[in-house]
Amino acid sequence: MDNFASLMHGFSVALTFHHVALMMGGVLLGILVGVLPGLGAPNGVSLLLPLTFSMDPVSAIILLTSLYWGALFGGSTTSIIFNIPGEPSSVATTFDGHPMAKQGRATEALSLAFLSAGFGALAGVLLITALSGWVAKFALRFSSPEFFAVYFITFASFIGLGGSSAFKSIVAMGVGFTLASIGMDSVSGNIRLTYEFDVLLGGVSFLIAVIGLFGIGELLLTMEDGLRFDGVAAKVRLGDVLRTAATLPRYWVALLRSSAIGIWMGITPGGPTAASFMSYAMAKRSSRNPEKFGKGEPEGVISPETADHAAGSAAMLPMLALGIPGSATAAVMMGGLMIWGLNPGPMLFTERPDFVWGLIASMYLGNVVAVVVVLATVPLFASILRIPFSIIGPLIVVICFIGAYTVAGKPFDIWLALAFGVVGYAFKKLDYPIAPMILAMVIGDKAEDAFRQSMIFSQGSLSIFWSNSLVTSLMALGLLLLLLHPLQLAWRGARRLTAAHATRG
Amino acid sequence: MAMFRTAALAAAIALVPGAAALAWEPTKPVEFVVTSGPGGGTDTFARVVQSIATKNKLINQPIIVVNKGGGSGAEGFVHGKAGKGDPHRVVFGTNNAYLLPYVAKLAFKPADFTPVASLALDEFLIWVNGSAPFDDAKAYLDAVKAKPSGFKMAGSQSKDTDQTLTAMIEQATGAKWIYVPFQGGGVAATQLAGGHVDSNTNNPNENIGQWKAGQVKPLCVFSPVRLAKSEAIFNGKGWGDIPTCKEAGLPLEAFQMPRTVWLPAEVPADSVKFYEDVLEKVSQTDEWKEFIARTAQTPRFMKGKEFTDFVARDEAANRKVFETEGWVVK
Repeated sequence: MDNFASLMHGFSVALTFHHVALMMGGVLLGILVGVLPGLGAPNGVSLLLPLTFSMDPVSAIILLTSLYWGALFGGSTTSIIFNIPGEPSSVATTFDGHPMAKQGRATEALSLAFLSAGFGALAGVLLITALSGWVAKFALRFSSPEFFAVYFITFASFIGLGGSSAFKSIVAMGVGFTLASIGMDSVSGNIRLTYEFDVLLGGVSFLIAVIGLFGIGELLLTMEDGLRFDGVAAKVRLGDVLRTAATLPRYWVALLRSSAIGIWMGITPGGPTAASFMSYAMAKRSSRNPEKFGKGEPEGVISPETADHAAGSAAMLPMLALGIPGSATAAVMMGGLMIWGLNPGPMLFTERPDFVWGLIASMYLGNVVAVVVVLATVPLFASILRIPFSIIGPLIVVICFIGAYTVAGKPFDIWLALAFGVVGYAFKKLDYPIAPMILAMVIGDKAEDAFRQSMIFSQGSLSIFWSNSLVTSLMALGLLLLLLHPLQLAWRGARRLTAAHATRG
Repeated sequence: MAMFRTAALAAAIALVPGAAALAWEPTKPVEFVVTSGPGGGTDTFARVVQSIATKNKLINQPIIVVNKGGGSGAEGFVHGKAGKGDPHRVVFGTNNAYLLPYVAKLAFKPADFTPVASLALDEFLIWVNGSAPFDDAKAYLDAVKAKPSGFKMAGSQSKDTDQTLTAMIEQATGAKWIYVPFQGGGVAATQLAGGHVDSNTNNPNENIGQWKAGQVKPLCVFSPVRLAKSEAIFNGKGWGDIPTCKEAGLPLEAFQMPRTVWLPAEVPADSVKFYEDVLEKVSQTDEWKEFIARTAQTPRFMKGKEFTDFVARDEAANRKVFETEGWVVK
C-alpha cells in the first residue's frame, strides 16, 4: 500500500505537460532509432545523453526511457516487414512475423506485436511497483553459479527446437560461441582469436551479425526467388488494427507465460534478447501445433514480443536497486544517473523517491503513449510493402551497411556484415538454424565468464552447481529441458512400435 | 585572381612563425575517445568533462564522446594511436594507458601518446560485507593469513588495478586470497553485498550505494592521508572517518588511480597547451568539485613534468608487481 501511495505521487510528477511532451518526443525518436538496424537503443541513448546534462534528472530519465521503449517497438517493425531485426531483441520476432507479412498479414502481425509488447511492458512495471523491495533482495542471492544456470536453461530450451536436427543446432551454437570469444577475455585478461588484427580487439558485435545474417542474407534469398516481396496486394486499413486488437485476449496463456519469462530474465539478468528467444522456444514447445511455428503463427509473434518488453522494463529494477544494468541500454542510463548526481543502489528508493517513482509512473505512461503512437504508424509501415522491390531492395542494402557502420564507427564492420550475409545465405541453403548462433553470440561470453568464475569459486569442483537450493533447482530445470526433446522422441518411437505390433497382431 | 592573391597572402601570414600569435584552437568537432564501455568510471569521467566544457563554452567546437572499451580499453588506445598528429582526438583513460601494454600483447605503446593532464586520483578501499565480524583491516588480514586461500576477493577484470592491488597486499603481508574477476566494479559490489565473496577493493563510487544501505563496510583506504570529510553515509560515519591502511597497520603506503587525458603522438605543442588550459579550467569549476566530492576522489590536477614524473613512478611500482606475479608479456 505504501508503494501505491508513492506511485500516485510519481504520477503527479510524471503527468505534467512538459513530461508527457518529452515522452512523445522520446518515443518518436526511439521508433526512428529502432527502425534503423545497427543504431539501436544503447547508441540512441548515448547520443542523447549530452542533451540531458542540463535537465532535471526526472525529466532526463523520462526522455531516455521513452526513447528506449520507442526503440524496442521500432525494432519489431523491420523484423516483421523486411526480416531485418532493428534490435537484437527482436530477432525472434522475425521467425513468424515475417512469414505473416509475406502472406499479406503485415497489419495483423504488427498490431499483435505492438499490443503484446505493451502488455509485457506493463506486466514488468507492475512487478516493479508491487515487489521492488523483495526482488532486490532476491537478486542479491545470485552469484556466478546461479547466473550460469540461468544461461544454461536458455541454451537448453533451444536444443532440438528448430525444424532442423539437434546436431545442426549445436553446430550453429558452436560457431556463435567461437565468435563470442573473440577479443579480451575478462577472466584471464588475455586476448583471444584476434590474430593481431586490431579491428578484432573489441570482438565481433552481434549487431553486425544480425544485420548480415538477416538483412543481407534475406536479400540474397529474395533475389534468388525472383526479385519481389509477396504480400503486395494486402489492403491496409486502420480498422484492421482494431479488429486484431479484439483477438488478443484469445492468447492469454501465451501473454502470461511470456510475461513471466520476460520478467524473470530481466531481473536475473539474462536480458531482453535471451528472454525473447526463450519465450519463443517455450511457446513452440508447449503449443499443440508446433509445426505451424515459423510459418506465420500469431503466437510466434506474441511470445517473443511480450517477453522482450517485459524483460526490458523489469531490467530497470536491478539497475536502480542494485546498480547492475540488466541490458546494454540500462548500462548507458546508469552512466547517466551518475552524471546527474544519483547513486544507484538499495537506498535510491528512499533517498530520491520523487525520482524513482516519477520514473516508474513514467514507465506506465510512456508505454501507453508508445503503443498508441506505434499503432498509428502500422498502416504507414505496412504500406511500405507495396513499394516495388527494385526500389526498396537497394534501399535496404544501403540501410544495412549504414547500420553496420553506425554500430561502432568501424569501416571493417561493413565487410564483416557482408561476410555474415553470405554465411546467412549458406545457412539457409544448408538448413542450419541461425537463431542458436545469435543466441550464443549474445549470451555465450557471459555464460563462459559465469562458468569460469564459478570454477574459481569452487576451485575446480562442479559440485558448486548443486551447492544450494536456488542453483540446484535452476540446474535441474535446465537438465529437464535438455532431456525433454530426446525423451519425447523416444516416447513417440516406442508408441509407434507398440502400435505397429498391435496392427500386426 | 584577386581572390587567389588574398588567399595566398593569408596562407603566407599563417605560415610565418610568430605571426600566428593566436593560440591553437580546434577547427573541427573534437572526439573524446573513452577507453571503457558506457557507464564505466572512465566513461563518467569523460562525459562530466564534456558536460562542463560544453556548458562553460571552453571548447568552441562540438564534442563527440565515443566509447571504445574493447580489450579492457585497448581498442580506444589503438584508435587514438591511429590519429597520429591529429589534435582533435582526445583519449580518456586511467593508468591503463601505460600499464596495459605490459600485461597484454597490444598494438600500442605509451610512446604513441602525448601526455596532457591528470585531473583526479581515484581511491581504493578494502570493503567487507556489512555483517562480517571484522571491524578493522588488521583483524581481517589476520583472519586471511590464518587461512590461506580461504577467503575470496572480488574485483573488476583480470590483471587490472583491483588484482594488482590484491597482489600488492599479498606480497606485502603474506596473505593469500582467491581472486575472482568480475565484469566491473558494480558486480563486485553486489557480489560482496550478497555475501558471495569476502571482500573487494572497489573505488568509493562503486560501493557507496551498498554502504549507504549497510550491506558493505569499509575497513581502510589506500591513500597517504584520509579522504575529505563528508556527510555521514552510514551509522554516522562518512568518507573522512575511514582510517588509512597505513594507520590500520598495513605495510602499504598508497595505491591510487589517476584519471588521465592523452593526445596522439606528434601533435603541435600549442594544441597540448590548449587542452591543458581547458582541463585546468574544468578542474576549477564548481561542477567538477561537486563531482569529485560526490565520488570521493582526490582532486589533484597534474600537467607537464609533474604528470610525467607521476606516470614514471606509478609505472615502476606496478611493473614490479607484474614481474613478481609473472604477468608481463614478451
